Amino acid sequence: MQHVLSVKNLCKTYGGKIAVDKVSFKVSQNEIVGLLGPNGAGKTTTINMILGVLEPNAGTITIEGHDIATQRPAALERTNFAAVYAPLPGNLTVCQNLRIFGLLYGVKNLSARISALLGEFNLGEFRDKKCGVLSSGEQTRVCLAKAMLNNPHLLLLDEPTASLDPAVAKDIRARIREFAAKGTAGVLWASHNMYEVEEVCDRVLFIASGKILLQGDPKTLPRRHGKKTLEELFIAVAREPLTLEGEFP
Amino acid sequence: MLRQFYLMRGSLSRVLPLFIWAAVDIVLWGFITRYLDAVSSASFTFVPVFLGAVLLWDFFIRVMQGVTMAFFEDVWSRNFLNIFATPLSLPEYLGGLVITGIATSAIGLLAMVALATTVFGLSFLMYGLLLIPFILVLFLFGIALGILASAMVLRLGPAAEWFVWPIPALISPFAGVFYPISTLPQWMQVISHLLPPSYIFESIRAIVSGGAASGMGLLWGGCLAVLYILAACWAFARVYRHAVRTGLIARYSAESVS
Repeated sequence: MQHVLSVKNLCKTYGGKIAVDKVSFKVSQNEIVGLLGPNGAGKTTTINMILGVLEPNAGTITIEGHDIATQRPAALERTNFAAVYAPLPGNLTVCQNLRIFGLLYGVKNLSARISALLGEFNLGEFRDKKCGVLSSGEQTRVCLAKAMLNNPHLLLLDEPTASLDPAVAKDIRARIREFAAKGTAGVLWASHNMYEVEEVCDRVLFIASGKILLQGDPKTLPRRHGKKTLEELFIAVAREPLTLEGEFP
Repeated sequence: MLRQFYLMRGSLSRVLPLFIWAAVDIVLWGFITRYLDAVSSASFTFVPVFLGAVLLWDFFIRVMQGVTMAFFEDVWSRNFLNIFATPLSLPEYLGGLVITGIATSAIGLLAMVALATTVFGLSFLMYGLLLIPFILVLFLFGIALGILASAMVLRLGPAAEWFVWPIPALISPFAGVFYPISTLPQWMQVISHLLPPSYIFESIRAIVSGGAASGMGLLWGGCLAVLYILAACWAFARVYRHAVRTGLIARYSAESVS
C-alpha cells in the first residue's frame, strides 16, 4: 500500500524542552490514523511540522514522496488541514473564503468545486454569510469544506469536532470516513475524543512526552494492554508514560 | 489581493480611510498655503512647496500603510496558519501585500490630486517629467517600510502594530518635507541623507526656487530606495524563518485557544 505520509525520526525542541522525540510513523492511502495523547504530548507540534509551519530540529517528512523541507509547494498542494484553533477569517463570507483558499491551492474549476462542497457540507444557505456570525458547528463545516477544496491526498485534522454537539460531530465523522473511503487519501486525526477515535480510526498512535508509545487497532489495543476501553488506556498513558516507553520501537 | 478586494467591497470603514485623511490634509495645507501666500513677501508661491510636498508625503504614507494594512488583516483574523499551510510561497505573499499597497495608494493619490488641483490650483506641470521619479522613489521607499513594519509585527507580535503607525511621523523631521535639510543640525542631516524622500523634497524646493533638481541626488535616492526594499525583503524572510523555527506562525493562531 502506498504511503501518503512518511515521518522519520522527527524531533522538535523548544529551548531545552523536547516536544517531539524521534517520532516515526506512516499514513497510507485509504487509512485514518488517530493521534492520541494528553495535553502537551506533541500532537499539534507534530501536525504543524507536517504542515510546514514549524521547522523540525531533525527528521524528515515526505508527503507522497515530496520532502516538505525541500519541495514545500509540491508537498502542500496535496495536503490540507482543519483545526479548531484555525478558523477561517470571520470578516469574509463562506463563499469568499472558499474562493480565496481555492485559488491558493490552485483548484481547477473552482466555482463548481465550491458549489459541490457547499452542497456536501450543507452550507448552501450560509454561502453569503460572514463566517464570523456562524455557529461553531457551522464554522467547523466551513473549515472542513476548505480542507477538502483541493481533494487532498493527506488530510490533517486537529480536534475537528471539539466544541460540537454529538449530532453534528457524528455527521462530520461520517463525512471524513466517506472521504477516506474513496481510496485516494490518508487522514491523520488528532483527538481527545476516545469514542470518536474508536469509531473512525483504522489505527491509533499514542503519543506522550513527545514519543509514540503505542500503536495499533483502537478496537483491540486496550485489551492487549490489559485495559477495558481506549479511555482507560489513554489515562494510563497520560499518567505513567514511562511504563510504556519502549513498547513502540 | 482578492481578499483585500472582498474586504474593501463590503466595508465603508476600510474604504474611507484610503482617501479621507489624505483629503483632510490637502484641505488643511491648501488653506495654510493660501494664507502664507497672502501674508508673505516670498518670491514664490507656497502651493507647490507645501501642498505639493504634503501630497507626495501623504502618498508615501498611503503606500506604506497599504502594505501594512494588508498584512494586519491576516494578523487580526489570526489567519497565518491557514495562509502559510498552503503552497503559497513567501515571495508570492509579499507580492500580494505590495500589489495591495499599490492599489490602495493609487486611490488615495487620485483623491489628493483631484482635490489639490481643482480647489487649490496645484499644478504638476512645474515638476515636469521629474514627477515620475518623485513618485517612484517615494513609492519604493513606502513599500520597503511597509514590508519592514510587517516583519516587525510578525516578530514582536500583534501588539507591535502600535509601533508601526508613528513611523512616518518619526521619519518626517528627517525627510525635510517642509524645510531644507540644511535647517537641521548636523547629526540629523546625516540621517536625512540616508532617507530617499529627503532627496525628493530637496528637488521640489530647488525647482520651485527656479533652480534644477539634482540628478545625482534623485539617482542616489532611487538606489537607496531599491536597497531598502531588498533589505526589507531579506528582513521579512529572516523573521519568517525565525517564526517557522520557533512556532510563532502556529502560535499566532493558537493564542486564541484557551
